[in-house]
Amino acid sequence: MAKNTLSSRFRGVDIDEYDENKFVDDQDEAAEQQGPDACEVDDLIRQGDMMTAFHIALRNPPINSKNPAVKERAQAVVLRVLTAFKSSDIEPAVKSLDRNGVDLLMKYIYRGFEKPSDNSSAILLQWHEKAFAVGGLGSIVRVLTARKSV
Amino acid sequence: MSYHSFLLEPISCHAWNKDRTQIALCPNNHEVHIYKKDGSNWNKIHVLKEHNGQVTGIDWAPESNRIVTCGTDRNAYVWTLKGDAWKPTLVILRINRAARCVKWSPKENKFAVGSGSRLISVCYFEQDNDWWVCKHIKKPIRSTILCLDWHPNNVLLAAGSCDFKCRIFSAYIKEVEEKPAPTAWGSKMPFGEVMFESTGTAGWVHGVCFSDSGNRVAWASHDSTVAVAEGGKTAVCASLTSETLPLLCVTFITENSLVAAGHDCYPVLFVYDSNKAALSFGGKLDIPKQSAQKGMSARERFQNLDKKATTDSKEAVLESVHKNSISQLSILNGGKAQCAKFCTTGMDGGMTIWDVKTLESAMKDLKIV
Repeated sequence: MAKNTLSSRFRGVDIDEYDENKFVDDQDEAAEQQGPDACEVDDLIRQGDMMTAFHIALRNPPINSKNPAVKERAQAVVLRVLTAFKSSDIEPAVKSLDRNGVDLLMKYIYRGFEKPSDNSSAILLQWHEKAFAVGGLGSIVRVLTARKSV
Repeated sequence: MSYHSFLLEPISCHAWNKDRTQIALCPNNHEVHIYKKDGSNWNKIHVLKEHNGQVTGIDWAPESNRIVTCGTDRNAYVWTLKGDAWKPTLVILRINRAARCVKWSPKENKFAVGSGSRLISVCYFEQDNDWWVCKHIKKPIRSTILCLDWHPNNVLLAAGSCDFKCRIFSAYIKEVEEKPAPTAWGSKMPFGEVMFESTGTAGWVHGVCFSDSGNRVAWASHDSTVAVAEGGKTAVCASLTSETLPLLCVTFITENSLVAAGHDCYPVLFVYDSNKAALSFGGKLDIPKQSAQKGMSARERFQNLDKKATTDSKEAVLESVHKNSISQLSILNGGKAQCAKFCTTGMDGGMTIWDVKTLESAMKDLKIV
């Protein structure tokens, strides 16, 4: 019993890599997906135009990208916009999105949950409540089953 | 709508006989039980014991009155009624993982078995050797096949798989049939040819169904979407993301309407508009009973606030007929063109028969096109 709880770092070979039946996802190009433009979004936040900043932040999601830096950057931009919103403005912002937009917003929200910082969780939970009211359980299921995530 | 609770365990799969007086089902174990309708009761008349693993698929051929069952013991049996008892014949599927679903072809001279071995076994009877023989469809399947449906021409087979794709294969066996005529999905149909492969939906494909004409195929996927594809020079796909939990089974009830059911425990109607190539939500098909609204005493309100931090009086009780996920849908009367009645069985061990006319009149905005 004690043996199997010890560290397994001595294992040098990842046997799953050599499995000939290993499932590999279809490769799609990651061409135009550099994530939202951080400077543009920053400008809009400073000017106070939250809705436009919100829509721009949700454009060009780095879904197919294999570069983690691009994804981190996109996540940081979206989180900035979400935390800059006032509580009362969240609902109209969510209502202005279409179905795919709500699904994308849910993906970013759950990504934000993964690394909680000081007050990000509270704001994200408010966003989650409003997005859930529009997207329902289906949008959360799509976050869980998505093969290509932000 | 009539609900009958057969068991406490989930019903793994079910199949009806031709005149809908008998139902064969698997009570989540190695056996198949056949029940016969007697007035308003169901009596168990046969128990089919041959499988060594859970029976995952049952199909009852209406014309030839044969039952085919498949199970996690990697076998399939074809049962024929001899006198008063069902006698099994083993079919060697040559698979090394569990069988997941089985379907007779429309002419009942072949059946297809989907399995976890990432292949489909198409079995036909070889008269010379008096034995069921199978052929495999392997490429390009990359994961378990969860569901199957045959095209009315007896050759094309739609398969939904855990590699997130719904495909239409040709299962043409030259030993038992003539060369098929061209269809909307293509004209050259050698065995194993992929006529259509879906794109756009993620998630395991739990249920797949051809329409009555065979020109449309619908599938329900684990990312809470339903999609319909229409065959043609370029296959047109329309999908609908829903706000509900994933759907497990889907069937056409007319050429333009689909009924699907799943983890949300109630059947749902979808309508397909071929002019716009769009799928839309038609309505929930469960008529909840109007329960008496009890007034909440102040004590109850305080308790709710203390325990659940809410003054909501909604109890966590499902209002639908089925109390657990619906795993299988089958058409009883009218075929896929003009379905009049369909049946659902689920994980709550119950079976419900739904009458389309009653539903149409009960739900005001429901329109079955």
